[in-house]
Amino acid sequence: MRNYIIRRVLLMIPTLLLVTIIVFLSIRLMPGSVIDQLQDQLAGVGEIDREELMHLLGLDMPIHVQYGRWIGNLVLHGDLGTSLRTQRAVAEGIAPRVPVSLELGLIGIIVGLLIAIPVGVYSAIRQDTLGDYMGRSIAIGFISIPSFWIGTMVVVFPAIWWQWTPPVQYVPFAQNPIENLGQFMIPGIVLGLVLSGTTMRMARTMMLEVLRQDYVRTAWAKGLTERTVVMRHALRNALIPVLTTMGLNVPIMIGGTVVIETIFCLPGMGRYFLDALNKRDYTTVCGLNLVIACFVLVANLLIDLSYAYLDPRIRYE
Amino acid sequence: MANDVKDTIQGTEQEQKRHFELVELPRRLIKEKPLGTIGGVIVLALFITGIFADFLAPYGMNEAFIADRLEPPSAQYVLGTDQLGRDMATRIIYGARTSMIVGVFGSLICLITSTLIGMTSGFIGGKYDLIVQRIVDAVMCFPALLILLTIVAMLGPGLMQVTITIGVVFGISGSRVIRSAAISTKENTYVDAARAIGCSTTRTLIRHILPNILPAIIILTTTRMGGVILAEAALSFLGYGIPPPTPSWGGMLSGAGRQYMYTAPLLAIWPGLILSLVVYGINMLGDALRDLLDPRLRGGIGRFGKAKRKSLRLKNSQELDKC
Repeated sequence: MRNYIIRRVLLMIPTLLLVTIIVFLSIRLMPGSVIDQLQDQLAGVGEIDREELMHLLGLDMPIHVQYGRWIGNLVLHGDLGTSLRTQRAVAEGIAPRVPVSLELGLIGIIVGLLIAIPVGVYSAIRQDTLGDYMGRSIAIGFISIPSFWIGTMVVVFPAIWWQWTPPVQYVPFAQNPIENLGQFMIPGIVLGLVLSGTTMRMARTMMLEVLRQDYVRTAWAKGLTERTVVMRHALRNALIPVLTTMGLNVPIMIGGTVVIETIFCLPGMGRYFLDALNKRDYTTVCGLNLVIACFVLVANLLIDLSYAYLDPRIRYE
Repeated sequence: MANDVKDTIQGTEQEQKRHFELVELPRRLIKEKPLGTIGGVIVLALFITGIFADFLAPYGMNEAFIADRLEPPSAQYVLGTDQLGRDMATRIIYGARTSMIVGVFGSLICLITSTLIGMTSGFIGGKYDLIVQRIVDAVMCFPALLILLTIVAMLGPGLMQVTITIGVVFGISGSRVIRSAAISTKENTYVDAARAIGCSTTRTLIRHILPNILPAIIILTTTRMGGVILAEAALSFLGYGIPPPTPSWGGMLSGAGRQYMYTAPLLAIWPGLILSLVVYGINMLGDALRDLLDPRLRGGIGRFGKAKRKSLRLKNSQELDKC
């Protein structure tokens, strides 16, 4: 088990290195560099020397030297560098945004499971009935509806009907838990709806499979009620892969939050990424990118390990 | 000689059977999969609208009637007009063309990319596989939308750039499914036989592996098409996709139009509704095709003791969901 974890962690390193190289290069190839943007902004104030600015931001060196310095600082000091825009540490900019994205993701996952499991189970135990068709239509419907559209509707219609608009000012959980949760509820539900589709499909497939197992037949033969058979015998065994697909949604979730955070004005990692990309803040984009990639990789590892924990038949050597 | 004749007869029989299946598929779809049929009708409608947009649209693509801005639906403007006085119905019909182009060519590029990467990586294996899979990992461990944003920002907005980027990025993550299909096909005796008679790697790949992983490729492509269309819409929504004034359903929900939605909420409904409907249709059709084409998913009750197949199927469906 320990060897397995060590091997997996070691395999993460080349992946992460590749991620950083790809992003480091591609962002510098974007048209409209940070220098151009800064020059435009400072145009009214006075002429600045392009060369001097490049030198100041450390952008005048060859790209491999820049990358070497960045990665060297990261490995040796755990330093993600300083933002080209604010001159503050990148880590300092990212840190307050992590809990926002995590909270949104957590609410999304909970809402998603609360919708997906009951509908998926019902759809499976009533296979090929009207209820099943409806359940599957809903599942595929949720995959098909873009989050930015639900988000737009949720912002536009309450504003017209009840003059309600999502709060612009973000309230941290520690400051006012109730207000904070109220703020996250609607974006969380929107995210949950989008996430529930794939999970619902998985729940249905797994239930269908488990319901044909011998032990379920035995349970029926013992004369147990449908409720007991489904809840105690089938659902428990079907849930393991369902929970793990929820984990596979982690990258989708972070991608989805870019849109939802933009619509609901939540200062999470997704929106920060979009802002940094627009401002061509190279170091922030690279830092954020690395943090998100780490989250995804660790989540994937935890999912694989959870298999062994949830299903005692699986062993990693 | 006799053997040759027998082979030819068998060959034609097989060909006939394959041909028969192709004709059979729509019939089975209608008979067995009511939801898939609805999906098929929606997809057909998208293609017809996209191809014949010029004949179907009541007005020109960017024809603006300044006097009639933000009109509600009427006999003159079936779905109303937007903030520049352009007919919504016309914009949506031309948006269908954009979505169709992105959907078809994006999933085609996705198909080619994932087949090339997946097939070679699975078949050749070894160090090549290890290196290629690390690159695939690097792409997959990052939210697709963020990669797309970065690359499109680099290439600049435009229909072609967006389609190629989405196709390649989705193709890389989709290659996992093709790779696992190629790995399981590789173990067959006929592949060994092909090698034994001296087939080159290319020939083995094209003549022996490719036809046998075709169902996996078809399934992957149909299930990805909806995602491709949604990705374009999301990019356009964030302002990185198809630049205005070309109509795109995602773009119609973003930008300047957003502030007018409070006075004319229908502006927010139509593009999203049609987009969701189309993606819904594609997903339904894809699901039905998957059920009909995948031999592992055939049959209902009474499959016992097929633990290996079951775990394989589970793995495949998980991978499909993942990407």
